[in-house]
Amino acid sequence: MRAGGIRGPERSVGWLFVTPAIVIITLFLVVPIGMALWVSFTAWNGQGSPFRSGVPMAGLDNYTGLLTVDSLARQDFMTSIRNNGYYVLIVVPAQTVLALFLALVVNQKLLRAKSFFRSAFYFPSVTSSVAISVVFLFLFTSTGAVNQLLALFGVAGPQWFADPRGVLHLLLGTVGLVDPAAPPAMLTGHSLLGLSWWEWLAGPSVAMCAIIALAVWTTSGTFMLMFLAALQNLPVQLDEAGLIDGAGPWQRLRFVTLPQLRPTLLLIVTLGLIGTWQIFDQVYVMSQGDPAKTTLTPAYLSYRTAFKDFDYGSGAAISFLLFVVIIAMTLLQRRLMRSGSEE
Amino acid sequence: MRRKAAGYAVLVLFALIFLYPFVIQIANSFKTEADAAAHPLSPIPHPFTAASFKKILHGTDFPLWLANSVLMTVLVTLGRVFFDSLAGYALARLRFRGRDTVSATILAMMAVPGVVLLIPKFLVLNQLGIYNSYTALILPLLVDATGIFIMKQAFAAVPIDVEEAAHVDGAGIVRTYWSVVLPMVRPALITLTILSFQGSWNDFTHSLIAVQNPDLYTLPRGLADLVTGSLGSGTQYPLKLGASLLTIIPVAVIFLVFQRYFVRDANEGAAKG
Repeated sequence: MRAGGIRGPERSVGWLFVTPAIVIITLFLVVPIGMALWVSFTAWNGQGSPFRSGVPMAGLDNYTGLLTVDSLARQDFMTSIRNNGYYVLIVVPAQTVLALFLALVVNQKLLRAKSFFRSAFYFPSVTSSVAISVVFLFLFTSTGAVNQLLALFGVAGPQWFADPRGVLHLLLGTVGLVDPAAPPAMLTGHSLLGLSWWEWLAGPSVAMCAIIALAVWTTSGTFMLMFLAALQNLPVQLDEAGLIDGAGPWQRLRFVTLPQLRPTLLLIVTLGLIGTWQIFDQVYVMSQGDPAKTTLTPAYLSYRTAFKDFDYGSGAAISFLLFVVIIAMTLLQRRLMRSGSEE
Repeated sequence: MRRKAAGYAVLVLFALIFLYPFVIQIANSFKTEADAAAHPLSPIPHPFTAASFKKILHGTDFPLWLANSVLMTVLVTLGRVFFDSLAGYALARLRFRGRDTVSATILAMMAVPGVVLLIPKFLVLNQLGIYNSYTALILPLLVDATGIFIMKQAFAAVPIDVEEAAHVDGAGIVRTYWSVVLPMVRPALITLTILSFQGSWNDFTHSLIAVQNPDLYTLPRGLADLVTGSLGSGTQYPLKLGASLLTIIPVAVIFLVFQRYFVRDANEGAAKG
């Protein structure tokens, strides 16, 4: 009797409670994705509604223009993939290792003022990305704080945001393998997806390195907290058993602590992969893709293509290709987490 | 003993790396432009001047951006706390047909990366005829999937007996939710409030695609505009750093006061994956 009395209102109150959420999520998340998918098959220029009958259809042209047809659009897109790829390749390992290192140091039993240090490392990640980018822009001017600091050690710092030279090119030049001023024809002669092998091998530009420094600096704190939480949940007995067996601190880290941190490590690496493919704010504020397109990223390119060049179809197509990359990372993460929790 | 000293040395070095940029920011916003250009590393302005802050308040639209940011942050935070907890409760506790589908959809939406939504969100705002308005700035942010998920988990952890006891006492569903269950998830509500505050105060990308009119700029948007060229001649770093500093201060204060809830956020991030 009582249960039946509750069920009726429970159903209607349930729907009443979720309706605002459903309306807003549908209207501003689900519908937009569908609309953008449609626009990515058109050549809409931003005038009027993209759903009028007069809007020129592009079929798959926006996608083929980015992937298979040799064009400026493909060259820019592949350049942005290259730039972001190197960015991911450096930022993800660097922030993960730094976060783990800081967590291990902060977690040492005998140290005092732990919470101060924990907060100090975490604080940068709660601040506005735009505001922090302004600070880093100032730090990395050609006569700025970073270069003055380098000068103290006798190093002449580069022109950071005005320097498009690829770090890998510079490295190959320093080692003497190739001359960056006259790269071998073998590398410049062959191309892949619109960029020559030599261009693919540029590495992140000097300008991109400043953005990489910013990224590692802002995100390490968050990941440090995750490592710290995981470390504090580890059973002490195992570590003590290692101690009794005569294992040194390095051995205990290598054979006792790290294996237990594996699920956290996987989570942090995949969260890092998801986050680093989305870099946008920093590029918008600090470099707008310059110098020489070496800080162009897919997210920024899609914005610029749509809102500056008024090629919404191509911009939306870039968004979807980026979407595919990030969703692949997310699915990977969810799968890894599931297998991690089953262990 | 040596290990302890080494530990402290590492911590102090990294604390400097993580905090000194803020010291540089504060110091240089009180410098003259020439001083900031010549001695960017120095923590002491010489001469000390508040000229850049006078110019921020009187020579830029900073006060307007601040007002817009406050309006947006307050409304978005209130909206999220209210709507996210309603939805979270329904999904955790109320039995109705379609509940699992709604839950799964929301979970899927959490995986949609923000930056790929720039063009899509613009399209829908444009189509609805609300582009370039306060409505466009605020309405789409009033609910967020992550917040619903946090609240759902918090409600699921409340013992069911509490609600049953309330029902036996004759309280209806809405009363039980509002005056019995909601107060029990206070920590999650605080977490959600802080997360919403921080997210909407720092938001840049949504305002970038929702509005174009400078009268509707929020702080990060206005700041980005200052930096990417609206200032005209000279680098004017003391001014830019000062405006950036004023943007950071509210979040810094909240961070200092509610630190343990920020720490919770990061760890919940770990749990929900």
